[in-house]
Amino acid sequence: MKKNPIIAIVGNPNIGKSSLFNQLTGLRQKVGNFPSVTVEKKSGPWMLNDATEAVVVDLPGLYSLYPKALDERVVIDILANPSHEDYPDVVVVVADASNLKRNLLLFTQVADLGLPVVLALNMLDVARDKNLQVNAVKLAMKLGVPVVRINARVGEGLDQLKQAVVQQLESPKISVEKYYFNPAEQFPELIDEVKRTNAISNNYLALHHVQQHDIFSFVPQEKRVAYDKMIEKHGFKESGFQAAETMHRYAVIDGLVKDSVKTVAEFLVKPLWTRRLDKVLLHPFWGYAVFLAVLLVIFQAVFTFASYPMDLIDAGMASLNDWLKAKLPEGALTDLLTDGLVAGIGGVVIFIPQIAFLFFLVSLLEESGYMARVMVIMDKLMRKFGLNGRSVVPLISGVACAVPAIMAARSIGNRKERLLTILVTPLMSCSARLPIYTVLIALVVPSTAVLGFFTLQGLTLMGLYLLGLISALVSAWAIKGRVESAETGYFVMEMPTYQIPRWYHVGIAVWDSVKSFVTQAGKIIVAISIILWVLATYGPGDAISKAEETIQKEQPTLTGAEMENAVAAYKLEHSYAGHFGKFIEPAIAPLGYDWKIGIALLASFAAREVFVGTMSTIYSIGSEADEDNGTIKARMRAEINPKTGEAMYTPALAFSLLVFYVFAMMCMSTIATVKRETHGWKWPLIQLAYMTVLAYGLAFLTYQVLQ
Amino acid sequence: MKTIADLQLGERAFVKEFRQEDLSLKLLEMGFLPGIEVMLDFVAPLGDPIGVQVNGYCLAMRKEEAATVIVEESI
Repeated sequence: MKKNPIIAIVGNPNIGKSSLFNQLTGLRQKVGNFPSVTVEKKSGPWMLNDATEAVVVDLPGLYSLYPKALDERVVIDILANPSHEDYPDVVVVVADASNLKRNLLLFTQVADLGLPVVLALNMLDVARDKNLQVNAVKLAMKLGVPVVRINARVGEGLDQLKQAVVQQLESPKISVEKYYFNPAEQFPELIDEVKRTNAISNNYLALHHVQQHDIFSFVPQEKRVAYDKMIEKHGFKESGFQAAETMHRYAVIDGLVKDSVKTVAEFLVKPLWTRRLDKVLLHPFWGYAVFLAVLLVIFQAVFTFASYPMDLIDAGMASLNDWLKAKLPEGALTDLLTDGLVAGIGGVVIFIPQIAFLFFLVSLLEESGYMARVMVIMDKLMRKFGLNGRSVVPLISGVACAVPAIMAARSIGNRKERLLTILVTPLMSCSARLPIYTVLIALVVPSTAVLGFFTLQGLTLMGLYLLGLISALVSAWAIKGRVESAETGYFVMEMPTYQIPRWYHVGIAVWDSVKSFVTQAGKIIVAISIILWVLATYGPGDAISKAEETIQKEQPTLTGAEMENAVAAYKLEHSYAGHFGKFIEPAIAPLGYDWKIGIALLASFAAREVFVGTMSTIYSIGSEADEDNGTIKARMRAEINPKTGEAMYTPALAFSLLVFYVFAMMCMSTIATVKRETHGWKWPLIQLAYMTVLAYGLAFLTYQVLQ
Repeated sequence: MKTIADLQLGERAFVKEFRQEDLSLKLLEMGFLPGIEVMLDFVAPLGDPIGVQVNGYCLAMRKEEAATVIVEESI
């Protein structure tokens, strides 16, 4: 870049050229005459950067490079003469945006001379008053040179102008190969001869030599005679050709301006209903109030309405089990089929209503367009925890089942935010925890009414869900600094207009989530149920096969049902599961658990929904099987702690178990899903580790504090 | 440099260029072509994200994302 480049300001009269010149040079301008003509020349310094002080030259206003007045002549005299001391390095063509076509005529002429040009759009306020809209970006793309919006009167846009000028100085964009008007198309020989004989490379400059050599101060007399001879020789008509040029340029300009200048149109606004709904749903208060209400409805549906089909399924599976037991011959295989397989399948099917209800509602919200609004109002809050507005769906879905919830995290474009969502979603209390919660709460929390319509039990249940939610957010916040990601966050998301849900789509969403639960979680739950049955039925050595003899020897007074129960209890204690429970008892004793709970923990390590079933198996085997004492709750309440001689299930133990299940990652299907979604074992193992530590530590704390 | 993040509610502007390459690829696909007119449609209750009208539909984006799109006044 030159140290003192020359910047010429060119433009039509009365469009703010002088204002721009004054803005650029301030009080340091010099007034003189252009060499060899008595036309006033104003020039002044303009600091482009620390090393470059440009000289700005304000040229007289004119409409075209064919001057009509004397003072206009100086413009073409300079622009056509590369050896002129004021020959510019960059020309700033100032244009009146409210009259762009006429102003672009001069612009195309200057550009055709092969000079680096910047187009400065001025008088945009006048254009606005005329209801005209000038798209400078499109114009720049069409013209291939920088286009800058300025307000010369108040000095706006000068920095952008400076940048554009520097850009043209450093790497000039010149549209040489593409003339707006190319005289060589009609007079190739004439243009060629002018270029050859005068060492000119530009076609349009050659034309000006032909047309205006008489007024060029730098063309000597004998050259002028030579040009006249050429004109005659090639049959060139000066004024006729100039008219043709002007018409051609205007035709080209029409095309340039068509896309760039428009009358201001109303912006395509959203449909009225969408606008009205957004007013409420994106409102700082009502937006969140409506979202809370929607959440309440979802919870109500998942936990209250879904309980009816769940009870039906429960009863159905139980009677199927009884029917099979009655019809099939007694034996290990029948037991495996009924207590193992059928009970296992029942444990899967029972969750289908909740999952179907939840995903029905969630997909209704997505289909209607409301979910996008929820993501928008939640994004900033979620981001504080390292999550994304889109994490709302996985977190809500996690209340039913973490498997489809984690898969729903796929819609989060940012890798880190998606990973965090996956890592904390299992902390949301899924429906598999609900039976554990209800049984344990019913055991130790009285159903006292609070504030009229809440019960203490209900509040405790809500507290556990809140505990899950809060720990999910806090964990995300704690982990976020430890996950590195080069990516920047994407939230970019279309805001759909509100619409009536397409029921077909809703149906598919429900079907898909139920299917993924059954195939992902279901298989594992069934398998674990069978394995567990085997572990609880068989044991090392011959203790189990000799159970009856042993009991008869030890307690010969027992008869009938009492006898059977004692035998069953003895069998369980000596089964593989019993041995395992005893083996881990020292580890879980600080949490208040005994070996029976240890068996349930082992069983539910693969799937926590197995816990209640295992407890009922353990206690039905191990205690009196009175019919009126039949519910699992009653059996657990009756359980005596052998050490204290009091009730086993103290509040301390129950809450310790509750807290343990809020945090424990006891679900093989979730681990398998996380492994698949994160493509490796690293994250599922980290997740398993952090959740296990949280579960153990907090359960320990709970037990020790409450005890 | 004015960006979409600097727009006032209801203000229009032409998309000029992008500051960040990966995001620009995404935004181009969403219809943010240089020269297209956009309008700030809404601002979320907590001031972020924002909704931008473009090509006859509304796109929600975070302010930091909006700040990668340089715009020019349109009126």
